Amino acid sequence: MKQLREKHPLAIRWFHWINFPVLALMIWSGLWIYWANDVYRLGWGNTTLLRFFPQSFYEAFDVPYKLARGMSWHFVLMWVFALNGLLYVVYTLVSGEWRELLPTRRSFAEAWQVVLHDVGLRKQPLPPRKFNGAQQLAYTAVVLMGAGSLLTGAAIYKPTQLAWLTTLLGGYEWARLEHFALTIGYVLFFVVHVAQVIKAGWNNFRAMVAGFEVVDVPAGDA
Amino acid sequence: MPDTPQTPLTPTDEAVLQEARRRSRRSFLVGGTAALAGLLGWRWLSTGSEADGLSGPLRTVLDANARVAGRYFSPTHLAPEFARSRARRPRANGSVGLDEELDPAAWRLRVTPAGGTIPREFTLAELQALPRVEMTTELKCIEGWSTIVTWAGVRFADFLARYPLASAAAPFVHLTTPDEAYFVGLDMASALHPQTLLCYEMNGQPLTAEHGAPLRLVTPVKYGIKQIKRLGHIRFPAQRPPDYWAARGYDWYAGL
Repeated sequence: MKQLREKHPLAIRWFHWINFPVLALMIWSGLWIYWANDVYRLGWGNTTLLRFFPQSFYEAFDVPYKLARGMSWHFVLMWVFALNGLLYVVYTLVSGEWRELLPTRRSFAEAWQVVLHDVGLRKQPLPPRKFNGAQQLAYTAVVLMGAGSLLTGAAIYKPTQLAWLTTLLGGYEWARLEHFALTIGYVLFFVVHVAQVIKAGWNNFRAMVAGFEVVDVPAGDA
Repeated sequence: MPDTPQTPLTPTDEAVLQEARRRSRRSFLVGGTAALAGLLGWRWLSTGSEADGLSGPLRTVLDANARVAGRYFSPTHLAPEFARSRARRPRANGSVGLDEELDPAAWRLRVTPAGGTIPREFTLAELQALPRVEMTTELKCIEGWSTIVTWAGVRFADFLARYPLASAAAPFVHLTTPDEAYFVGLDMASALHPQTLLCYEMNGQPLTAEHGAPLRLVTPVKYGIKQIKRLGHIRFPAQRPPDYWAARGYDWYAGL
């Protein structure tokens, strides 16, 4: 028989859905800022595999000459991003939700099995827990990345007043690169995350909006 | 559905699905409303009344950020200094206010005292007679690049101590090029920071024209946009003075 099973608490859903547009706008305004000094690339010596970013990309998304606007949006939304992230972490700690999210010793091996499963090399079903090892690693890593963005961001926002932090992170230019790399990390996270959500289907997606999943339980277990 | 040994209160699958639909509908409605509110908030933030090339609400938050930064600001928070050997010549961004030919012999720094109207004039030699401070710090352009440079000059704080044309209680400093085409506003705390210099040397040489000869401002507590080249006139207004780039959508404070 069918049953509703509570999955994501209301607070987590709010944190999640506030974070999504705010982080998106942080990345977008960050792109406007980055454009004014777009020095990063993937490559070595004179070989460049990927330039961040090609001119065609800038033109397609109307990026150029928005430094001032980018900075102001960035320095307004940073407060929302930081506060929302902080409240999320506090909530997971207080509610005990962290137990589901924090990786354990077996998460790494399990994450590998999840990868094999997802690319079709492993047929055994995934663990029936709320979050499998791969999810635990990914969702914990992305929170740490958020903390990293706040720290590297603060280091390039106030490199003199917070000189100790900037120096700790390797100096101003390194901190800027770290801040950028974390942003690329979010984009990669987003791609995998959305692919997984699509693959997992409606029931799973709805749980992040409405909080519950419809599950089949053997009659009598209710 | 087969017979179940449950109490009659047990919901049927259909009832469960109905409940699921009801809760989904409600949640998506709330979510949709929140998304709409967010969209309206975004539009309000971006299309509010335009003040200084930036929407009013954004400008308000930037000014609030400046107050937070001002609270934390301290003259004991120093920019790191580097070995002199790491100094390089920075890019010469920006030439507003540098168009006219400058006669170094005729140049004077004019400083109008706080509350006064008649400027006092200083020659470069008078400024160079004050204690010379050399520092190798990182110049940061608001565009995102940075260069380590060795600067030399006189601390603005030392200058004001020797010539008390304004007290530390004066809230603002307004600095302009001789032709007034480029102008910068500073808060007094930043101006009095021990690394804020009236600078006449870059990397061991007198300033070149493109880097602001004969005298410029240098301070690692602000972006390059505030480090005005070819200083002409300094004033101490009671109200927050205009600023070239703040009038073009940038943060007035622009503090590092």
